[in-house]
Amino acid sequence: MTTASASASWRRYFWWNTDHKVIGVQYIVTSFFFFILGGALAGLVRAELASPATDLLDGATYNQVMTNHGTLMIFLWILPVLAGFGNYLIPLMIGARDMVFPRLNALSYWMIPPAGMLMIASFFAGGAEAGWTAYVPLSIGGPPGQTLWALSVMLLGISAIFGAINFMTTIIMMRAPGLSFWRLPLFVWGMIATSTLILTATPVLTSGLIMVALDRVVGTHFFTVTSGGDPVLWQNLFWFYSHPAVYIMILPAMGIISEIFPVFARKPIFGYRMIAMSSMAIAILGLTVWAHHMFTSGMDPRLRVPYMVSSMVIAVPTGIKIFSWLATIWYGKLRFTTPMLFALGFISMFLIGGLTGIFLAAIPVDLHVHDTYFVVAHLHFVLFGGSVSAVYAGLYYWFPKITGRMYDEKIGRTHFALNFIGTNLAYLPMFIAGLMGMPRRVSAYDVSFTSYNQLATLGALILAASTLPFLYNAVLSWARGPKAAANPWQALTLEWQTSSPPPPENFPEIPTATGDPYDYGEPSAPAAEPAAAPAAG
Amino acid sequence: MSQHAMQHAEDFRAGHALGLDHRKLGMWFFIASEVMFFGGLLAAFLHYKYTLGFPETAELNVVLVGINTMVLLTSSYTVVSALTAIRQGRQGRFIALLLLTILLGVAFLSGQIYEFADLYRQGVTLTSGVFGSSFFTLTGFHGLHVAAGVLWAIVTLFRGLRGTLNAEHNMAVEIFGLYWHFVDIVWIVLFTQIYLIV
Repeated sequence: MTTASASASWRRYFWWNTDHKVIGVQYIVTSFFFFILGGALAGLVRAELASPATDLLDGATYNQVMTNHGTLMIFLWILPVLAGFGNYLIPLMIGARDMVFPRLNALSYWMIPPAGMLMIASFFAGGAEAGWTAYVPLSIGGPPGQTLWALSVMLLGISAIFGAINFMTTIIMMRAPGLSFWRLPLFVWGMIATSTLILTATPVLTSGLIMVALDRVVGTHFFTVTSGGDPVLWQNLFWFYSHPAVYIMILPAMGIISEIFPVFARKPIFGYRMIAMSSMAIAILGLTVWAHHMFTSGMDPRLRVPYMVSSMVIAVPTGIKIFSWLATIWYGKLRFTTPMLFALGFISMFLIGGLTGIFLAAIPVDLHVHDTYFVVAHLHFVLFGGSVSAVYAGLYYWFPKITGRMYDEKIGRTHFALNFIGTNLAYLPMFIAGLMGMPRRVSAYDVSFTSYNQLATLGALILAASTLPFLYNAVLSWARGPKAAANPWQALTLEWQTSSPPPPENFPEIPTATGDPYDYGEPSAPAAEPAAAPAAG
Repeated sequence: MSQHAMQHAEDFRAGHALGLDHRKLGMWFFIASEVMFFGGLLAAFLHYKYTLGFPETAELNVVLVGINTMVLLTSSYTVVSALTAIRQGRQGRFIALLLLTILLGVAFLSGQIYEFADLYRQGVTLTSGVFGSSFFTLTGFHGLHVAAGVLWAIVTLFRGLRGTLNAEHNMAVEIFGLYWHFVDIVWIVLFTQIYLIV
């Protein structure tokens, strides 16, 4: 790469660009900014909850902080950062030159900064305070920021839908010769499952948000109880999206994990087809479980049972994945690099989140712990212990590919240790507080919960501190890290069969897939003929 | 890898082998998401229809909207005929049929505006109650989709007039047609659920 293009290269990240690799980095970096912002809000929540009384934030401010924390983390961090991975990796993994609709792809990204600004602006217009679930009638009567909140989420949904159209069409149309569906990397399978969910579930949330926004702005009566409006309708529309959204946030994460284990265990992945199909099973089952969030909303008791059963059935494909990962690393030649450590952390913490999810699906348990900190702990073990661990694992794993430089392994491990301790310390005590009956979304609590909350606040402090070594490592290594080889992990998937970072249009010549992407430790040939030169100079 | 696969390595894409065009496939995925969007709005309407009974349905002008439905259905036929015409390279016929489609679309929208104005005069408005809210939102969003379709048809018409569409290159017409038929089918569902099943 010449000096001129190198100096121009950082500028392209700040402007309209249709290269999927640029867009992927734009997604990841932008969403990381919102992660830090959402983390700062979480810090405020934990600071308030360090003592039982309402002392730091008044009730309304607390509600705004907790609402925006949840919304930022879900809609502006995990969802877009995973879309960022999808953007960066899918064309490389399937041996394509770019996404099939590059301009639509750029448009999907460029909807995110304005949506983020709307969300931040809502704070100053009298922030949304109805929780990330925006239950009516709270979200109808709330301050004007709630309208901006709804518009922002709507915009992010449209961006996600455009992205999903692009992912699906790209994966079906643009695969390299020989790359049949059964040879697709499991991350790509995860993105197929996720995109299916985005296409089916997100538009329903959009329709619900339109009703909320019309009720607020125009004065329609969708949710006006005195005119016959039904608040439970909103809950149905909201959860029809937002339960699948949990799978939208975890399936690509599971895909990342499935890429990492075989590489660092030097073994073929165990149960390739089962892992791929369990993603699809989770996606389809995931569309049938939403009302388990509404067991206490006054639904017909007979209706609860099918929702309980379908929710519990999801444990089967999830269990298939977890046991397949364990079988993959069993007797493997493990290399405990930072991505591998985060992947192992993912299994242990996601397992806690997943198992407590089965508790919550059981009607009698749910009736007791609904709206307590048990739910908060469960959700954070899934989304922080699960998705965020996988995102970190992926960021370290593909760091050499994206930046062309190696990160510092020692700082990476420090980051993992702090993150692992912080996550468990922050969220495990919440299970106990929740079982004891501590309600969520309240700024004050009974003194008997004090010690659990102080432990959680300490954990949050460690989590906040853990991002510092990550940022230090990422920035410094990107600027001055040692140059990375094309394939530093000796991985077999196609993104590693081109230079680091990949050239424009990814491959000097479109590769041909001749085998499984996970044939590690087998004497047979590698997955792809090295159509690309091993390392560009 | 077999010799056969080698020969086709350059142009083989599973999607192409299936006979798919990427723009068409993308359009299908977009339509899938649109189905779910209208599904959400329709679910709200039906939920209230069956819990509240919606006595306001008696105010609806089934005859007018029935004629309007025929207008929209006819426009689907003209789109199909326009596609056939351009595939046969009959430019003049293509332009005429597309123009007819636009006119039918505008006629449908005019009918809908007339219907809305009529309902407003009778006091059924967006804010008069749950019926008004869910009725106008549902049919209004469909109307917006028809309007978008009319604009799309006008753009396609101009492309036809400039001569960039011909017997070989007409995917733009087919994809517009997909969208137009989708909007049409949504209307058949809405007309049945709102006007016919009382």
